[in-house]
Amino acid sequence: MNTYGIGAIYRFELARWFRTLVQSLLSPVISTSLYFVVFGAAIGSRMAEIEGVSYGAFIVPGLIMLSVLTESISNASFGIYMPRYSGTIYEVLSAPISAMEIVIGYVGAAATKSIMLGLVILATARLFVPFSIEHPLWMVSFLVLTSLTFSLFGFIIGLWASGWEKLQIVPIMIVTPLAFLGGSFYSIGMLPEFWQKVALFNPVVYLISGFRWSFYGVSDVAVGVSLGMTLLFLTLCLIVIWWIFKTGYRLKA
Amino acid sequence: MQSIISVQNLVKTYASGFQALKGVDLEIRRGEIFALLGPNGAGKTTLISIICGIVNATSGSVTADGHDIRKEFRAARSKIGLVPQELTSDAFESVWRTMTFSRGLFGKPPNPAHLEKVLKDLSLWDKKDSPILSLSGGMKRRVMIAKALSHEPQILFLDEPTAGVDVELRRDMWDMVRSLRDSGVTIILTTHYIEEAEEMADRIGVISKGEIILVEEKNTLMRKLGRKQLTLHLQAPLQQIPTQLANRQLELSPDGTQLIYTFDAQADATGIASLLRQLNEHGIDFKDLHTSESSLEEIFVSLVHQR
Repeated sequence: MNTYGIGAIYRFELARWFRTLVQSLLSPVISTSLYFVVFGAAIGSRMAEIEGVSYGAFIVPGLIMLSVLTESISNASFGIYMPRYSGTIYEVLSAPISAMEIVIGYVGAAATKSIMLGLVILATARLFVPFSIEHPLWMVSFLVLTSLTFSLFGFIIGLWASGWEKLQIVPIMIVTPLAFLGGSFYSIGMLPEFWQKVALFNPVVYLISGFRWSFYGVSDVAVGVSLGMTLLFLTLCLIVIWWIFKTGYRLKA
Repeated sequence: MQSIISVQNLVKTYASGFQALKGVDLEIRRGEIFALLGPNGAGKTTLISIICGIVNATSGSVTADGHDIRKEFRAARSKIGLVPQELTSDAFESVWRTMTFSRGLFGKPPNPAHLEKVLKDLSLWDKKDSPILSLSGGMKRRVMIAKALSHEPQILFLDEPTAGVDVELRRDMWDMVRSLRDSGVTIILTTHYIEEAEEMADRIGVISKGEIILVEEKNTLMRKLGRKQLTLHLQAPLQQIPTQLANRQLELSPDGTQLIYTFDAQADATGIASLLRQLNEHGIDFKDLHTSESSLEEIFVSLVHQR
């Protein structure tokens, strides 16, 4: 096991993040604050409670998930796409380091950033609305699992992308819509019956539902199902990555 | 002598169907400087990329210091340092940080003293905290070398190391490569500059269209294939070569003041003595003469063209 190698990638990636800390941390915090001002304070005060939770508090888990999802994908995809684009990937490919160790380094760093971001947004949200966390361990587990899964997903996108547009297209065209329609701002129960069924095909619904349950004990789907779906998606990403390294797809000629 | 790199029947066919390597066999000796020459697209970079693990071979095998590059990739790769042709670097990182990264990546514990020595040897020490994008092209090239040396490799691949480097810096780099060799590192370099191979290499391999067409000691190669030229500086310019001398390998310089005779240095009868006698008979007098050996470049061009 090349632990020095994993550490080198991990530290290098975190250093890149810290060098651009303002963009990487401040911008999601500002945009989240804006959501709270608009949806929490302005609109939220006119909204009814949802399942006994005030609207401002209700959207906290969804907003955290929204940022964690998008930032995981963008961090991890950028982290591996950049060396492919600039050509510095040669060094990683020629190093005595296995595919799994490369993934641990890059995805571990991306997931770490996402977890830190999630916690920072959580703290920011606390400044706007009072809320409590019923199941802190579950909360942390969902946060970690989601960060990991979507960092893996982002890593796959970063490997797959053959240009900057492709790097953007999956987050913009697929992930953001799914995240917005996944119940960040509402309960799936508020939808007409037909759309409730459609929503169950959206994987993000399960993530947000499970995460919200860890805060307030209320959820759209059973927490076990949420956990199961998260693990399923994690496994799918791992399989795809295993295949990528086995075949050298987009990495080695 | 013991091989440090052994390449056997290496074939690479790209997805496009282009066959970049057609069964290459090559042995690199421990401690030598080996120059791989070849025209563009001959397969030099593909060969290096396969040995370093960046490109997968279609078939064939490679061992580095006795370790199969696929089955024992950790042992094999930790012995190898690569300086690629393209100047690729993490532009925003400092020199020091990218070196620390490289060393860690190759599984070595931190060793600031070693990194300091490498940077000082490459005259980069005062730039260690500068972001790479602020460096000149020659400095970036040296940063690439510094990165490759950060994990103390036993085998160093230099792919076109002095492309785009000015003459003075090229001399410095040659000195550096020689001192690396003296410290026991085996060096394989590819180059377009024949002068570089002639200056540095112990042995020379020529690759053309995916095949190694020749591997030879540099000195042997020069001797074997070398042609010599005798240049006579004439007392009085000639209008043309006298017809009695037309059957000889003679050329007249455009201004008619020099007569150039090309001959095979290996032949028993070089024909110099009889030529001089003939010139004497025709009353052609000369004030000076010198002989010169053909350069490796000429040898190389004639080799590649023969095929």
